[in-house]
Amino acid sequence: MEIAIGIILGCCALGAGLAMIAGIGPGIGEGDAVASACEAIGRQPECKSDVTTTMLMGCAIAETTGLYALVIAILLIFVAPNLLVDILVNTISAL
Amino acid sequence: MKSLKFKIIDIIYIVMMILPIAFAIVLQVLTKPVSEGISISGARIFFTIPMPIQDFIVSESQVNSALVIVSILFLCLYLTHGLKERIELKRQHFAELIVEKADGLVKDNMGEYFKGYSPFIIAIMALSAFSSLLSLFGLFAPTSDINIVGGWAILVFFLITYYKLKCGPLYYLKGFTEPVALLAPINFISEFATPVSMAFRHYGNVLSGSVISVLLGTALGGLSSMVLKWLPGFLADIPLFQIGIPAVLSIYFDVFSGLLQAFIFAMLTMMYVSGGFPIDEYNRRRLKKAQKALNNK
Repeated sequence: MEIAIGIILGCCALGAGLAMIAGIGPGIGEGDAVASACEAIGRQPECKSDVTTTMLMGCAIAETTGLYALVIAILLIFVAPNLLVDILVNTISAL
Repeated sequence: MKSLKFKIIDIIYIVMMILPIAFAIVLQVLTKPVSEGISISGARIFFTIPMPIQDFIVSESQVNSALVIVSILFLCLYLTHGLKERIELKRQHFAELIVEKADGLVKDNMGEYFKGYSPFIIAIMALSAFSSLLSLFGLFAPTSDINIVGGWAILVFFLITYYKLKCGPLYYLKGFTEPVALLAPINFISEFATPVSMAFRHYGNVLSGSVISVLLGTALGGLSSMVLKWLPGFLADIPLFQIGIPAVLSIYFDVFSGLLQAFIFAMLTMMYVSGGFPIDEYNRRRLKKAQKALNNK
């Protein structure tokens, strides 16, 4: 029983960590977007406010995939262990 | 000169603006259980009302969100109190600035047809911004609960679908087969991905900020008790590192991130609603209809 609960907790933590690998993508994407925005402002400083607004919007949209991973990681850490342990205890007591 | 009645109403508005926040703080102090170490929990549930299909839950996030709405209502009443054609009060400049900015933003992003949308957009922006800023008082920010933000996203989804249906259901269904009929299932999924991604974006940003703040606060507490244990007496027990350092992160996560997410949510609402509306087709059909009516006469 203890081993089974330990495996559940450990695998939930591992899964959360693995899910956050998806953070690489938004990091690269947002860096690229900001770099291009800096270049654009350097070339045309007069359209700074427009470029900044568009960049923030683009960053927010590029962030979405990373946030999906974050939501899954948070579910795995805070919600999944209780749920899975409950299922385990119910299954064992039913046997 | 301002009359006494005017001043009394002003004071009532200001008090009613602050009162909901104070009420939320008192409620938190009274109901929050004392905890030590890392405590990351969702919204506390105050009470549940039994219902036939699903129990109706009244949670902290709902109560806080309602209190924010009351607070914003009285802020608006205060700002618009005593409007004159010839400006007498400073607050009228501020109110006019907000209205002009909102009108300009909506006109720039949504076009002429949607210019009546600025109250809705500014309302959703203000609600989102003030809800996120509630965490500055140490309260539970309603935007870090998926149920609240999901509700807004569903509202926006209905708006998008309403404007997509403006040219009739057949035209709406035909939109799914663009550019090829083979892609219809993917288009169908992406239709429902819009509200999900909007809700997750807002909620994930605010929640991740609060989780990181709690983790950093706990880590700094542990670090200070480790480093400063040579201090004499009670000084060693005070987590000195926890003073000031988390405030720097709080500026980013609570203030900047919250306001940015409010702006982005409003911008995406404008873009999706105006982008989903087939304005060329709508104008063409209206023109056709008008010509037909003219011919019949």
